[in-house]
Amino acid sequence: MYDGGKIITGLVIGVGLLLFPVFYNAGKAAKAPERVLTEKAKAAQQCVEPLSFMKTEHMKLLDEWRQQVVRDDVRYYTSASGKVYYKGLQTTCMDCHSNKTKFCDQCHNYMGVAPYCWDCHIAPKENQ
Amino acid sequence: MAMDRREFLKIAGLTALLGVGGKAGFELLAPGAVDAAVKDVPLTAGKKWGMAIDVRLLDDGVMEACVEACHIHNNVPHIGNPKEEIKWIWKETYDHAFPGQENEYLAEGFKEKHFLLLCNHCTNPPCCRVCPTKATWKREDGIVMMDMHRCIGCRFCMAACPYGARSFNWGDPQKAPKELNPNFPTNREFPTRSKGVVEKCTFCAERLAKGQFPACVEAGNKMKPGVLVFGDLDDLKSEVRTALRKRYSIRRKPELGTGPNIYYMI
Amino acid sequence: MLDKALKGSPTYWGWIIVLLGLIGAGFGFYLYQFSEGLRITGMSRDVSWGFYIGQLTYFVGVAASGVMVVLPYYLHDYKAFGRITILGEFLAVASIVMCGLFVMVDLGNLPRMLNIIIYPNPTSILFWDMIVLNVYMLLNLVIGWNVLSAEKKGMHYPSWVKVLIYISIPWAFSIHTVTAFLYAGLPGRHYWLTAIMAARFLSSAFCSGPALLILLCLIVRKATRFDPGEEQIHTLGSIVTYAMILNVFFFLLEIFTAFYSQIPGHMHSIVYLFAGLDGHSKLVPWMWTAAFFAVVALVLLIVPATRRKTDVLAVACVSVVIATWIDKGFGLVVGGFIPNPFDRVFEYWPTMPEIMISVGVWATGFFVLTVLYKVATAVKEEAAA
Repeated sequence: MYDGGKIITGLVIGVGLLLFPVFYNAGKAAKAPERVLTEKAKAAQQCVEPLSFMKTEHMKLLDEWRQQVVRDDVRYYTSASGKVYYKGLQTTCMDCHSNKTKFCDQCHNYMGVAPYCWDCHIAPKENQ
Repeated sequence: MAMDRREFLKIAGLTALLGVGGKAGFELLAPGAVDAAVKDVPLTAGKKWGMAIDVRLLDDGVMEACVEACHIHNNVPHIGNPKEEIKWIWKETYDHAFPGQENEYLAEGFKEKHFLLLCNHCTNPPCCRVCPTKATWKREDGIVMMDMHRCIGCRFCMAACPYGARSFNWGDPQKAPKELNPNFPTNREFPTRSKGVVEKCTFCAERLAKGQFPACVEAGNKMKPGVLVFGDLDDLKSEVRTALRKRYSIRRKPELGTGPNIYYMI
Repeated sequence: MLDKALKGSPTYWGWIIVLLGLIGAGFGFYLYQFSEGLRITGMSRDVSWGFYIGQLTYFVGVAASGVMVVLPYYLHDYKAFGRITILGEFLAVASIVMCGLFVMVDLGNLPRMLNIIIYPNPTSILFWDMIVLNVYMLLNLVIGWNVLSAEKKGMHYPSWVKVLIYISIPWAFSIHTVTAFLYAGLPGRHYWLTAIMAARFLSSAFCSGPALLILLCLIVRKATRFDPGEEQIHTLGSIVTYAMILNVFFFLLEIFTAFYSQIPGHMHSIVYLFAGLDGHSKLVPWMWTAAFFAVVALVLLIVPATRRKTDVLAVACVSVVIATWIDKGFGLVVGGFIPNPFDRVFEYWPTMPEIMISVGVWATGFFVLTVLYKVATAVKEEAAA
């Protein structure tokens, strides 16, 4: 193989670097996320929508909300159950889920997701 | 949160507002508007928001109260230097508020008089024309609105605005000097902005949606009733139209065709 | 053909390494700007566009190097220019790469850059500028690459390339017009609010682009075995001459309207730039330097004896570049913001990080230019052999 030595060496280094995270983390398992509900959230029994919906769709819901609130000035959400909520991350969602580090961040950190909402929206104060 | 309690509080709040604001409260929200809003109709549909400022009632105390109220409600940070400062509403002397209008023989008291300046929410806004992403646009109710989620920070709107009404977040507003912003964010019900987006007065759109006056209007009228007359310019019977019929008013740079909707009753 | 850029003299590789180093440094400073925000630049609430946008404006002009060679060759059968169309086109590509990068480093929120495509606003000139600039870059890249490739194979280029060439000529005029429209339609900025802004952009483009092209041709002549040709260089020189005369003439027209009408809005920015306003005069020495070099350029270009001497022509071209670069790449943008809408003067000066980021962008542009020119000259050297 022309330049075979260089190619093999390059491949070993390249693939090695690529697979480094696998080797480094081999045998370890990250702690599964533990979401803690606040008392208020437990008392409400259901979020804006059922848990199964919120788990998969809360990102899309928030995206639709921000579009509708800011751009269309349509600020109230009627959920499937008929209840009406004010569309607001800070004022509605975080009102119940005021323990961001023990709730939202649990799954987000596990998945390596850093939503940029918090660049602007103010996270609720928590007593650690 | 259960709807019932929220709805009750809303109605209770409105009742209080109607009691305190009287005619003005009625103006902002017609009966049934809240129910309509719940059914996805914007509360402020059909209005054309504008403001008339009674210059004779303006003094430093009132203006400072308006600026403070606005900046507190909207989490506008004090940056502390004119290079990066962010201001949604501010004081300006006559010759700088109305450049070209000043003359040597100006009436006494006008040369040093301060005026209150803010975004004019123009009828024909050049900023909206130039925004490449429609992150700023003119709503049906007249408000020139900002969408902080969409702004790419190109600052074309700042170049286009003939009134210097827009500010850019040159740095992270949450990292503004702590000595100047001890209680930041001052309003935890409202977001701040991030670095790299343009911001300006939005006529407190989220307050209007609940039937409340913009923060500056509420604060100003508390100190000097009638100093800021806010309302629907399309409604002949509104306070703002009534005021404009009675008093001569000027606007900033009207020759540019932007159609500013802030009237200065002198 | 890109492999031709991988074989070069030590000087070539040394130049590439220098450019890569500058790109790296610029990128490092950009990371600093990305994390801190644009507060690290000299821009302010009053002068909200500065060096980056000035440079964007200037290099849109330089991209006219393409059309000024292509137009005479394809529309007027000026065969001599066939030798150097590729150099003009590739300079246009490198210029527009720099334009795009200057926009990107100027954006407050770069990750949202694609919003202009996802949520377009057809009333915004920025939207149209993005389109015309990107299309023009692609046109020049595709045309240049295919024509060069055909020349390498000793064939005629495919006929569809001709269609693109004919489109590229009016398209070239559009890039300057649209970029001028960014400025010329803003009601509050009286320095820019002139009907001849687009005409001035075209004239300054048609002198600055070819002037830089002449200088590059002289470098190519020295650095490679490909000689762009004396006739080609001197015809370009004539083009630069007429364009520079028009450019200066248009500016004098502005002076007339401003000072004969005595309207403060028209006069103030010019007074600030050339004499200082309210005690602020940072740009005054720069603008007079530009004026000086413009006069030098005009004298050397208009007098046939000096224009026809290639060495003196080179000096004239450097003068043109200096004069147009200061005027269009700095004075134009900053002057538009001063005085501000409140009739106050807040001055602007780029900071060191801002300049280093700009150096990184220039280095990227020159890197693209070097690689493309290496390929082009290598092909032409082989074709001649």
